[in-house]
Amino acid sequence: MVRLERRAKPSALWAVLAPLVAVLITMCAGGILFAVLGKDPFEAIATIFWEPLFGEFAEFYRPQLLVKGGPLVLIAIGLSLGFRAGVWNIGAEGQYIVGALCGAGVALAAYPAEHALLFPAMILAGLAGGWAWAMIPALLKWRFGASEILVSLMLVYVAERLLKAMSLGVMKNPDGMGFPGSRNLQDYPSAHNAEIFADTGLHWGVVAALIAVIASYVLLSRHVLGFHIRLSGQAPRAARFAGVSPGRLMLFCMGVSGALAGAAGLFEVAGPAGQIGISFNAGYGFTAIIVAFLGRLHPVGIALAGALMALTYIGGEIAQGDLGLPAAAIQLFQGMLLFFLLAVDVLTHFRLQFARKGTM
Amino acid sequence: MDLSSIQPGLLIASLMVAATPILIAALGEMVVERAGVLNLGVEGMMITGAVCGFVVAVQTGSPLFGFAAAAGGGAALALIFGLLTQMALANQVASGLALTLFGLGLSALLGQSYLGVRPPSTARLDIPVLGDIPGLGAVLFAHDWMVYFGLFLTLAVWAFLRHTRAGLILRAVGENAEAAHALGYKVVRVRLLAILFGGACAGLGGAYLSLVRVPQWTEGMTSGAGWIALALVVFASWRAGRVLMGAYLFGGMTVLQLNLQAAGVAIPVEYLSMSPYLVTILVLVIMSARRNQAPGDLGRTFHSAR
Amino acid sequence: MYYPLPPRPCSANRDYPRQTTAIRETRVTEPLLRISGVTKTYPGVIANEDVSLDIHSGEVHALLGENGAGKSTLVKMIYGLIRPDSGGMQMNGAPFTPTQPRAARAAGVGMVFQHFSLFDALSVAENVALGMEDPPRQRDLAARIQDVSQAYGLPLDPHRIVGDLSAGERQRVEIIRCLLQDPRLLIMDEPTSVLTPQEVDILFQTLRKLTDEGVAILYISHKLEEIRSLCERATILRRGRVVGQCVPRDSSAREMAEMMVGSSFAAPARTRRDLGDVALEVRALSLPPAHAFGTALRDISFAVRRGEVLGLGGVAGNGQDELLAAISGERRAARDMVHLSGDPIGHLGPAARRGKGLLTVPEERLGHAAAPDMSLTENAVVTGAQRRALVQRGFVQWGTARRFAEEIIAQFDVRTPGPDSAARALSGGNLQKFVIGREVLQAPNVLVVNQPTWGVDAAAAAAIRQALLDLAADGVAVICISQDLDELMELSDRFGALNEGRLSALRATDALSVEEIGLMMGGAHGMVMAHV
Repeated sequence: MVRLERRAKPSALWAVLAPLVAVLITMCAGGILFAVLGKDPFEAIATIFWEPLFGEFAEFYRPQLLVKGGPLVLIAIGLSLGFRAGVWNIGAEGQYIVGALCGAGVALAAYPAEHALLFPAMILAGLAGGWAWAMIPALLKWRFGASEILVSLMLVYVAERLLKAMSLGVMKNPDGMGFPGSRNLQDYPSAHNAEIFADTGLHWGVVAALIAVIASYVLLSRHVLGFHIRLSGQAPRAARFAGVSPGRLMLFCMGVSGALAGAAGLFEVAGPAGQIGISFNAGYGFTAIIVAFLGRLHPVGIALAGALMALTYIGGEIAQGDLGLPAAAIQLFQGMLLFFLLAVDVLTHFRLQFARKGTM
Repeated sequence: MDLSSIQPGLLIASLMVAATPILIAALGEMVVERAGVLNLGVEGMMITGAVCGFVVAVQTGSPLFGFAAAAGGGAALALIFGLLTQMALANQVASGLALTLFGLGLSALLGQSYLGVRPPSTARLDIPVLGDIPGLGAVLFAHDWMVYFGLFLTLAVWAFLRHTRAGLILRAVGENAEAAHALGYKVVRVRLLAILFGGACAGLGGAYLSLVRVPQWTEGMTSGAGWIALALVVFASWRAGRVLMGAYLFGGMTVLQLNLQAAGVAIPVEYLSMSPYLVTILVLVIMSARRNQAPGDLGRTFHSAR
Repeated sequence: MYYPLPPRPCSANRDYPRQTTAIRETRVTEPLLRISGVTKTYPGVIANEDVSLDIHSGEVHALLGENGAGKSTLVKMIYGLIRPDSGGMQMNGAPFTPTQPRAARAAGVGMVFQHFSLFDALSVAENVALGMEDPPRQRDLAARIQDVSQAYGLPLDPHRIVGDLSAGERQRVEIIRCLLQDPRLLIMDEPTSVLTPQEVDILFQTLRKLTDEGVAILYISHKLEEIRSLCERATILRRGRVVGQCVPRDSSAREMAEMMVGSSFAAPARTRRDLGDVALEVRALSLPPAHAFGTALRDISFAVRRGEVLGLGGVAGNGQDELLAAISGERRAARDMVHLSGDPIGHLGPAARRGKGLLTVPEERLGHAAAPDMSLTENAVVTGAQRRALVQRGFVQWGTARRFAEEIIAQFDVRTPGPDSAARALSGGNLQKFVIGREVLQAPNVLVVNQPTWGVDAAAAAAIRQALLDLAADGVAVICISQDLDELMELSDRFGALNEGRLSALRATDALSVEEIGLMMGGAHGMVMAHV
């Protein structure tokens, strides 16, 4: 019989080791899963983790790492602030959609005028859209105590339907011959979130993600606001005692995470996606939750976790094409990763104690 | 637009059907929360139940086996959550989210070759005599047996929590796990059993969607029903009778909205279909503003240190 | 009365086990419970080492010791919550190895816990049913609860929700829960900490009635006078070992204290002080309860002068936490309800009040005064940010914060590897010294402490009390909220008591009798003497 003994202090070693062990276990479990599906597990794992980086067509895949990783990291950084403070915004997917709608809305309203300030205006609109969408659960929590978890999630479904309504209605491309979806912003130079250097995948969203990582690192480790965020998550009463206003902190965390998710949506719609369409949202808002936890809610960890998760996306697509691995298998693979991480995480706070005679 | 095409009798009959999946799932989650555990994975367990039930029902030709498999599938997924939160002491919110993400992936994988297949139909339970009452009979007493199972479950959960010793122990564990432990009750065991029950209920609710209400398998078909079930528990202030009331209210909203769509009301479908979610938010806001009646230890991790 | 010990009232020595052997030979009857050579270790800690003791039917046996001496580990073993590593127990001569509380209860052991064993949202009857093996139907149970509560002078309505009861009433629920099981051994863990002196008298009547009926009572406490008036025998634990046994009536409190602590401490020195201006004034403070089972503050008014120590007593749960929150600023009140040096500050938050020199130390160390998983450096920032300039232009000065933490550790003799240790890793006494030192070193104008020595070993408690007196001598206004009356008498110049959210009139401490204090705390709260 094994029992858990609480460590006097969370283990720094296991805090770093846990995600790595979780990734290893997930690879093993994933291998078993792929074997059950009738695929060669070693080939499948190699395809997912090796091919995009060092394979034959790596030249083509590597930029994709930034394209997929950018929004994941940007959203996850925002979420991590809230998760640290015990504020559970899980509706980033909705904020991502609304940010994209607002940003694209600005561009489509200005079409076809060309202006250097159009793209900055779109970014502001994206930030504001995500922020506003996150403020709904935040204010309802603040004023009425309604669970931000449930409200922010409900708003994802509302946003998805709003997206559909927009791509079929107001934002539909008048020159689109009746197909759903807006004009393609990639063909609109002032609004296009183009790559900063060609064929690198480096667009403004990736730059924003990098800035977010650095800013969040400074905030959490040096600034008193970051200290209050950590304090609120670990000991809410102590935070209140220190003078933190829980309501205001919650509004801040929800606002930042919403704004960053909205910006991620804007960078996506103006760049890689190009247009508002019914299936514009690809689940980044949910995957970012996994990224945030896998990165231990630490900015640097999140950057690494975002890269890893982007890798599984790209590798998954390759495996889909080359090996016929179902897309759902990759989704399952990502879900498993979070499970194993949560399970291994116990070792950060507890040590295993092998029970001796007489103990219960 | 033709609002006269909406018949009140049919509306009530179909709201009972529409309410059943969230009713069953919410009852299960209510028991879990009464034991002090917040499982946010209802959506994931529901959709896993939906696909398990569908696959087994199609393979065996028996909806009954389908529902049994759905309960088993939901419970199996819940067991993972139980092990994570009760044994590995993982954060309940994060584990519940993981469960939902995992369930969505798992169900998509399991169901990929069943897209577009029709399931065997579930038997109707025509109640003799009562079912023959003109008007009312067809509305209330001519449904499939799962509708009545949902009503029976409401009664059973109420009686269990209110009148049995096991129910009292479960409530005690949810109210104050430390105290229950000090009196010698097995907190972890009670919670694991509650979690399994919750998973089985969510699975049944999901299977009702894929086998009766839709009836078909499509990816992500629960589209938030699990989350609505979670909200329903808050709405019901953790009471079985009110869960039933709330489920019928939501069922009514959904059906009315579908009827309005069919009647060709001048509001685009996309906006009409937002209504269940908006109503959920509204209800959450109204209920949360009142005195907090949540179980004392809801969502808190229990670890018997010494 | 039969005394199982030689005439020497106190025996503090190592050959105690041999003495018990001698006792057994002279005893006619077997002891009800015999504990022989029980040892229990946890990683890094020996909770109990070779503990032996006998408890006889019809006696009140005191288990005496400081916090962390191993008292609760021992009783948890008797109650089946923990199993010993080695050694054994016998009940009426037969081996007794309860593997769970159910087995212990079946053998006739009942326990009244100090904390953590009632369910706020459930009714009295449901709470009682949960502590019984084979409870009757709810209706019959309600009737039996009423019978027992009548018979033992513990009035209680079985249908009330426990969360709405006072601390004393909650204890009655626990006692009745045990009595309904017809216990042969009743374990009581610090039962008087939630009672007024009058209520204590009534409880003792009830306990004597029980011993007359042949019930044995194992009475855990560190209050020596109480043990002298109630208990026939006492066993004293120190660092997990039995260090002595005595007949409390024949021993002085001082002798017992020295055995318990292992050395003697100088009592804090109180010097005459000249009182200055009014530093803190609370005027007609009323606040609704913060949560469902909280206490409302009703029309509280008082003033404290510089150099004065004001002691606020009262049974737990009568508004102590709420009053502290209203003074610290965690709960805002109307502007004019709190004045600091004449300025209204009732509307300000905790940080602003700290800036003006009003510092507080809440009762709960882990989770309220300090964040358990954060280092001492980080915990120094929790309240030190303003007055010690640990935050400048929004950025935390970690170097300064670390030096502040080191200063607290050095000046208040906090035993810890260093400022990087997590607060959780410190013992109760050391953490309490840290959180009090953190405020004292910020040069407060007013310091308010709630339960400053709760759960703290005697050495640390003495140091903390001395620090508070020194602060007052330096002209700081000190408010000490405590449930330990001895502490309040020792420290304070004036005394007041909280009762159901109201504050009694304040009285000079040196003119007060125990009866008067008890009445200020609310008297017997409607309790009646047992029908003996």
